[in-house]
Amino acid sequence: MERSSANLWRKINSRYNLVGCKCQNCGTLYFPSRVVCRKCGRDSKITEAKFSGNGVISSYTNIRVPPDSFKDEAPYTIAIVKLDEGPSVEGHVVESGGEVKIGSRVRAVFRKMYVEGDEGLIYYHYKFELV
Amino acid sequence: MLYGIVGYGVYFPVYRIKVEEIASVWHEDAGSIKKGLNITEKTVPAIDEDAATIAVEAARRAVSHAGIDAGEIGAVYCGSESHPYAVKPTSTVVATAIGAGNNVMAADLEFACKAGTAGMQIAMGLAKSGMIRYGLAVGSDTSQGRPGDALEYTASAGGGAYVIGGGKDEVIAEITHTLSFTSDTPDFWRREGASFPSHGGRFTGEPGYFKHIIGATKRLFEVTGMEASDFDYAVFHQPNGKFPINVAARLGFDMKKIENGLVTPMIGNTYSGSSMIGLAATLDIAKPGEKILVTSFGSGAGSDSFAIEVTENIEKNRGRSVKVRDLIEKRKIYVNYSTYLKNRSSIRKK
Repeated sequence: MERSSANLWRKINSRYNLVGCKCQNCGTLYFPSRVVCRKCGRDSKITEAKFSGNGVISSYTNIRVPPDSFKDEAPYTIAIVKLDEGPSVEGHVVESGGEVKIGSRVRAVFRKMYVEGDEGLIYYHYKFELV
Repeated sequence: MLYGIVGYGVYFPVYRIKVEEIASVWHEDAGSIKKGLNITEKTVPAIDEDAATIAVEAARRAVSHAGIDAGEIGAVYCGSESHPYAVKPTSTVVATAIGAGNNVMAADLEFACKAGTAGMQIAMGLAKSGMIRYGLAVGSDTSQGRPGDALEYTASAGGGAYVIGGGKDEVIAEITHTLSFTSDTPDFWRREGASFPSHGGRFTGEPGYFKHIIGATKRLFEVTGMEASDFDYAVFHQPNGKFPINVAARLGFDMKKIENGLVTPMIGNTYSGSSMIGLAATLDIAKPGEKILVTSFGSGAGSDSFAIEVTENIEKNRGRSVKVRDLIEKRKIYVNYSTYLKNRSSIRKK
């Protein structure tokens, strides 16, 4: 986990609002954002693209032995979500209650991801909830 | 030109704790507490929720309900007594998370349980003056109750958000008048750095809650020439399930006029969100032409009173709203007392 105001600040748009990018040359959507389109190379025309946050779980795992940063949240579910617009993203599934299945529909929600002790920054981030 | 509510949204966590569970820890009689406070259970924030995440979820629903471009919102005011940071605004997080852009006035408000309705008044003033097209007012809290204190049975988590603006085709509920009643009253407080609030016990009742709600509402009656019988519904701040019923009776409103907006018995006191969620539950079922009285209360102390008239536009947006009653019943996960303490960050590991 980063411990830098600048690093947090740079990623706010993608973390709060799932803002990735689109290559206007070929129409391919990416999340997270890229500087160059994988298909178009030097002909890339990259612009910002906001994703709806709606999608389907294509894979998941239940974490019971978490890294220290997420110790208080265990057990929890991490999933690969195929967004309706195409790209796949990884994210926590909140209040999953063991009901996550491959194919479950989800929507993005706004939650805390990480808190730097009692005096540091709070990292807000998208997570997913079952619809 | 009409000015008032263009859209609204609410949010509260799925976690709940029952009065019985809290009472069992302190060897108190759950039956008499449930009867005395008229409350059965309350919401509990998830470990990754705070007043900012709740504000964002409520605000996103409000913007979606209004059906507007968030870029047209010119002001964001977030009221809470549990802002995650002492210094760093919740309102900037909310403005960014709804996509309001940078050209926005923003500030955090704190006035115990009425900071959200104070935001509605500010947004209303700015919209009416023409300084902004739309303003967003949010009230959200993960309120604190000291373990073992009576407040622990009611202090819960939730929020309400309102898009305020003008336009005869957009306003779903016109705010025909609003005013406040304010005094310096030491009924409830939390000092800088303190984890839990303190209160004056029974002193919070007559000199606090009742004096200010009755003062604001009676003044609204005087200024507008309206009386209780002119309103179809009334919503009062709900610190427990009993006070709003009592104050409604003293002001001449029967139970039928307040029951739709009375949500504290099922979700607890969401503090800054309380009267805003009560209003949302009322708007969920109100019909064009019906009139709603809302009077909030914040300790310290003050009340904001609103005379609201529902317009024809409310029917156009119905399909886009997430109804309060559906949210209350949709999904609940009951937690025990130790999980409640953990989620509230009340268990210190070092």
